[in-house]
Amino acid sequence: MLELRGIVKNFGDRRALNDVSFAVRSGRITGFVGGNGAGKTTAMRVILGVLRPDAGAVTLDGQPLTPAVRSGFGYMPEERGLYPKMKVAEQIEYLGRLHGMAAADARRATTELLEQLDLADRADATVESLSLGNQQRAQIAAALVHDPGVLVLDEPFSGLDPMAVDTVLAVLKRFADKGARVLFSSHQLDIVERLCDDLVVIAGGEVRAAGSRDELRAAHTRNRYELHTSKSTEWLHSEPSLTVLELDGGRAVFETDEPAAAQEALRRASTTGPVLRFGPLHPSLADIFKEVVR
Amino acid sequence: MTRPLGMVAAVRLVAGREIRMKLRSKAFLIATGVLMLLVVAAVVVGGIAGSSESTTKVAATGAAIEQLRAVPGLEVTKASDAASAEGLVRSGEVEAAVIPDPSTALGLTVVALEAVPGGLVQLLSVSPSVELLEPPTQNPFLAYLAAIGFGIIFFVSAMTFGMTIAQSVVEEKQTRIIEILMSTVPVRALLAGKILGNSALAFGQILAIGGLAAIGMAATRQELLLGDIGPALAWFVVFFLFGFVLLAAIYSATAALVSRQEDVGTATAPATYLVMIPYFLVIFFFDNPLVLGIMSYVPFSAPVGMPMRVFLGSAEWWEPLVSLAVLLVSTALVVLLGARMYSNSLLRTGARVRLREALGSR
Repeated sequence: MLELRGIVKNFGDRRALNDVSFAVRSGRITGFVGGNGAGKTTAMRVILGVLRPDAGAVTLDGQPLTPAVRSGFGYMPEERGLYPKMKVAEQIEYLGRLHGMAAADARRATTELLEQLDLADRADATVESLSLGNQQRAQIAAALVHDPGVLVLDEPFSGLDPMAVDTVLAVLKRFADKGARVLFSSHQLDIVERLCDDLVVIAGGEVRAAGSRDELRAAHTRNRYELHTSKSTEWLHSEPSLTVLELDGGRAVFETDEPAAAQEALRRASTTGPVLRFGPLHPSLADIFKEVVR
Repeated sequence: MTRPLGMVAAVRLVAGREIRMKLRSKAFLIATGVLMLLVVAAVVVGGIAGSSESTTKVAATGAAIEQLRAVPGLEVTKASDAASAEGLVRSGEVEAAVIPDPSTALGLTVVALEAVPGGLVQLLSVSPSVELLEPPTQNPFLAYLAAIGFGIIFFVSAMTFGMTIAQSVVEEKQTRIIEILMSTVPVRALLAGKILGNSALAFGQILAIGGLAAIGMAATRQELLLGDIGPALAWFVVFFLFGFVLLAAIYSATAALVSRQEDVGTATAPATYLVMIPYFLVIFFFDNPLVLGIMSYVPFSAPVGMPMRVFLGSAEWWEPLVSLAVLLVSTALVVLLGARMYSNSLLRTGARVRLREALGSR
């Protein structure tokens, strides 16, 4: 388990991180969500040791991080960068060797990764000659080449088409299944929702919510129901135990503290005509995010 | 599968990449080729200038034959009489004819076609003996050539590789790969690898030039010149090695202050001045002992100044050693300061980092 405890980081007078604590568990993919300037990149740089925190500590399985431990981390910074004039495979191999791999191991791992990321045919092309999407894949390969036990990816999906997203997702899942701790940030909440097991929401340099996706969802689920019928649902307004939140012809969203009252509404709806859809309404990640950050 | 890389291994990898990428640059290979050609040309020109004591063909008659044989630098053709000697002159087989003439003070008359053969006349003239109280140890023309040679080689090499380091630093900042590198290896390993890689290239270039010059001199039979310049050349190589590391540290530290290739020139201007000043000083003041004396101890100009003084024979045996010690200490200090500026500025992208902030502690 990778754990941040009480991390504080100031830039001059500005406090970028204030008492940030959360954990990235082994074998799970943790999504790191927050608005621009919320402190995601700073927190990631602290994990990687690129920035030194003013207070707090990062530990891996209870041990403090040393450069030796960190050399087994994989990092994909938000600002993408590889040497433009170096060949793709050569560059990934070079980074692998900087991480301490033997030359032959680095070469083999590079070949395998480029295959998995559908980039094998561009192995000998210079990075600057690649399309943006392919540069992104090369960047991901650069973070994974040394088979890291901790993966920190800053916006790994931005700039990828849907097919590339699936390719990268599959590769990340494979790493998590092997027991790696994977932390990634994204603005694309739908991807985070689909991919991650755990979630950390950060705003203004402070952690606003952290936990498994399902727990968070349950915690933010109010007793809301969605009812969709083919007829008008105007009559819901006259039900005393229900609060109608949205109403648009046959579709309505209401809140009630009494599950029985919701079932009663369903029964009544079925007498007026066919019910197309009925059920408790789970908040989307976007809803939770907006609520938590507010 | 991975095992943390030791400092030495990391430095070697980084330096290896710097060298590999530079050797792949066509511009660099062409520039090196041109520089080599220039060195060969200079050696050949020097050889021709040095062997100007070519023989003069002269015809002589009678008693003049024996007299001329005693004069070095003349190829004497015997002629039976004055008329046939004149004929040889007219046909162009000889430059001039020398005929005994008791009516002149020297007892000889020189016959030439159109112009007075100055060289021959000088050889036959009687000059008073001259005693110089302080004879120059080196031919002034050669001294000038050596000054230009040391100056240009220092200037070109230091500029080429200094700018290479600066661009490499900014490339890593501009492309942001620096963040991956910083999270992988210590910043000191990065900087050391960069400096060592480029120093090795610069040193290799200097060795190649020095070697080429030595071979060229040997091939054109200028062993005398080689014997004169050899020790100076050796000192130049040693001084250059450490002098370049000093400059490299300044180049990398100043380049780290900016984030765009367009700003490299402005940021590294101080380093560029430090390279240019010794170059101009040595060319304009190569015969000024005071200026050379100061230059030979100031760390930035010592790589040019000290070898020049060794060549001129104006340096005591211990002087290069003292100057080298001064250079070593300054190099160590500048490398430490440079490393601090470098690591403090790497993550600061956007506006230029202020010097005070770069030098402050994190």
